[in-house]
Amino acid sequence: MSDRVTVAKTYKLFIGGKFPRSESGRVYPVTDAKGGFLANAAHASRKDVRDAVAAARTAFAGWSGATAYNRGQVLYRVAEVLEGRRDQFAAEVGAAEGLSERKAGAVVDAAIDRWVWYAGWTDKLASVLGAANPVAGPYFSFTVPEPTGVVGILAPQESSLLGLVSVLAPALATGCTAVVVSSAERPLPAITLSEVLATSDVPAGVANVLTGRAAELGPWLASHADVNALDPTGAPDRAELARAAADTVKRVLPVPTGEPDWTQRPDIARLRRYLEAKTVWHPMGV
Amino acid sequence: MPAFDYAPAPESRDLANLKPSYRPFIGGEFVDGGGEPLKSVNPATEEVLAEVGTADANDLDAAVRAARTAFEKTWGPMPGSERAKYLFRIARLVQERSRELAVLETLDNGKPITESRDSDLPLVAAHFFYHAGWADKLDYAGYGPGPKPLGVAGQIIPWNFPLLMLAWKIAPALATGNTVVLKPAETTPLTALVFADICRQAGLPAGVVNIVPGAGDLGAKLVSHPGVDKIAFTGSTEVGKLIQREVAGTPKRLTLELGGKAANVVFDDAPLDQAVEGIVNGIFFNQGHVCCAGSRLLVQESVADELLEKLRHRISTLRLGDPLDKNTDVGAINSREQLDKIRELAESGEAEGAQRWTSPCPVPDRGFFFAPTVFSGVHQSMRIAREEIFGPVLSVLTFRTPDEAVAKANNTPYGLSAGIWSEKGSRILWMANRLRAGVVWANTFNRFDPAAPFGGYQESGFGREGGRTGLEGYLDV
Repeated sequence: MSDRVTVAKTYKLFIGGKFPRSESGRVYPVTDAKGGFLANAAHASRKDVRDAVAAARTAFAGWSGATAYNRGQVLYRVAEVLEGRRDQFAAEVGAAEGLSERKAGAVVDAAIDRWVWYAGWTDKLASVLGAANPVAGPYFSFTVPEPTGVVGILAPQESSLLGLVSVLAPALATGCTAVVVSSAERPLPAITLSEVLATSDVPAGVANVLTGRAAELGPWLASHADVNALDPTGAPDRAELARAAADTVKRVLPVPTGEPDWTQRPDIARLRRYLEAKTVWHPMGV
Repeated sequence: MPAFDYAPAPESRDLANLKPSYRPFIGGEFVDGGGEPLKSVNPATEEVLAEVGTADANDLDAAVRAARTAFEKTWGPMPGSERAKYLFRIARLVQERSRELAVLETLDNGKPITESRDSDLPLVAAHFFYHAGWADKLDYAGYGPGPKPLGVAGQIIPWNFPLLMLAWKIAPALATGNTVVLKPAETTPLTALVFADICRQAGLPAGVVNIVPGAGDLGAKLVSHPGVDKIAFTGSTEVGKLIQREVAGTPKRLTLELGGKAANVVFDDAPLDQAVEGIVNGIFFNQGHVCCAGSRLLVQESVADELLEKLRHRISTLRLGDPLDKNTDVGAINSREQLDKIRELAESGEAEGAQRWTSPCPVPDRGFFFAPTVFSGVHQSMRIAREEIFGPVLSVLTFRTPDEAVAKANNTPYGLSAGIWSEKGSRILWMANRLRAGVVWANTFNRFDPAAPFGGYQESGFGREGGRTGLEGYLDV
């Protein structure tokens, strides 16, 4: 055991590719599963939500307009960088969720594999979900899936990394941009994941991560007119959020009550819900 | 050159087989509804066509119970291959009775007979024919093996395409194994109740389809009914938001097909004569009572004057009047209420400084009619550029660059449809990619097909109708 004093990290928000403190100046203490102090996390506010949504909207044109191949490579790069930081994530997940080193490592492995799975979907979605429509007339009609827009995500409260990856990766794979509110009690893996996103060629603003309370921030996301879809997984009162989302006809993900078992293999339902089918028609003739 | 006048060519109203009264269809029987009967009016003449019994809360309960029983006992357990045959039967019966239904639709709705006969009815039959084939092929629809239906679907449809909207709702619901309680619009319930008779002729098991006429309060009861598993609504964004709010937090599934304010974008390299036809079709088809109507014309500045001149000339030749006359291009506005709304918005356009031009066509003395109208010099801030008018009123704006066209086209909370007119393929695909709308018509407008998914982005709703994509809204996936 060295006598060296370690350099402790300041955990901040991730907005528009930068790591600002909350504009509110608020922080809250984060402890490990046994109650030991880990860090002070930024306590994000309504105005941080506003800034994050603005960043996500600005980033949408570029990210949704990038080729699916390019998005796939960028997201695969995220998995590569995640793998390189495996031990750091295992330590943080272990501390946050009270898992043994071996179990925490398995969770991180699953999270990396999940990210790779979603990364590979970017350039298959149009083939699997799109269509050439056999219409009854001299027209070429085709349907392509397009990203819904800016997605607000209230990340799971319990699964600090695997759950987070399972809700964020599908949004990014479709070409949507995201504002994520992390687990309130277990926010540190989310900020470390942000460091990975910031160094993996993910364009600034594509993913924005706020640490704070879902109960406080969720209603602002749900009612924000520039948010197109809402994943209420980590919210305490999903019905209230769903009602607020109705005023702007948001797509609200139907999520089961309680924390899902994130170790289960996902299907493409989450991808489908962040996609809009666009049908294009053109006459055929000479 | 001698000017030839049109001789009247009215379709016989006797073909509609109009009856003095119609009744709700619940559990396979026509029943006396407990609600206050409504009178359905011919909007072209303001005469009462028939008295229609409406459903009250007890009738609605009975309809939902009948649908539940049918779902559990007959329709749900039935093999898809057998369900398919019922849907094929319905498609054929619609074809056989299509002239009767077309004339009845025109009487009840006010749309020109040429449209109900050549557009609505063929599409109704096509929707049932298309979806019939899906009933035993759902394993191949891309939602995994053996996708399950949701149960009882509550469906609420508008008055602009009464029977076609019924087909868009009922055909996919039944193909996927759901049963249905459908509320037709208050002003256009007649063809839905003839469709109920077609269900009987097809031998469809009792309770699979239930038709409950009534007003908005009945729709609200259907939305909040605990026995319903899914709500499908087509109508205004305003009501859609109320429904989404009501359904929020319940296990009910929801699809919404709401309003629109489509941009129809004409570039300087467009075939202008063809574009003029498309613009006219885009906004005057069905009197503009179309959620995907091309109500915002965006013209590149360099061709704006030329296009507007051609457009006014073409619109002047449109014949407004008796919907049953086969020469009629623009029929009646569906109700006095809607006519008042159109007038009010048109007045706001003048008050806000846009230049109004109205077709000099003769307007009948009785009935609800509104002459085709074009506003030029429209700015994005004006109500006629932002709000859905749902009538034969076109707002014309101009642009200089493709980027400006995209920005203006997308400057709306809606996102249902859009049009592009250009001879340059790469420009069309570039635009189609950037327009935030669920349906994009290039060098055409208002094309519909059961194989082509239809539905909106943003506040135009969610979910799709038609195609493989449209099945999702009725499956537990």
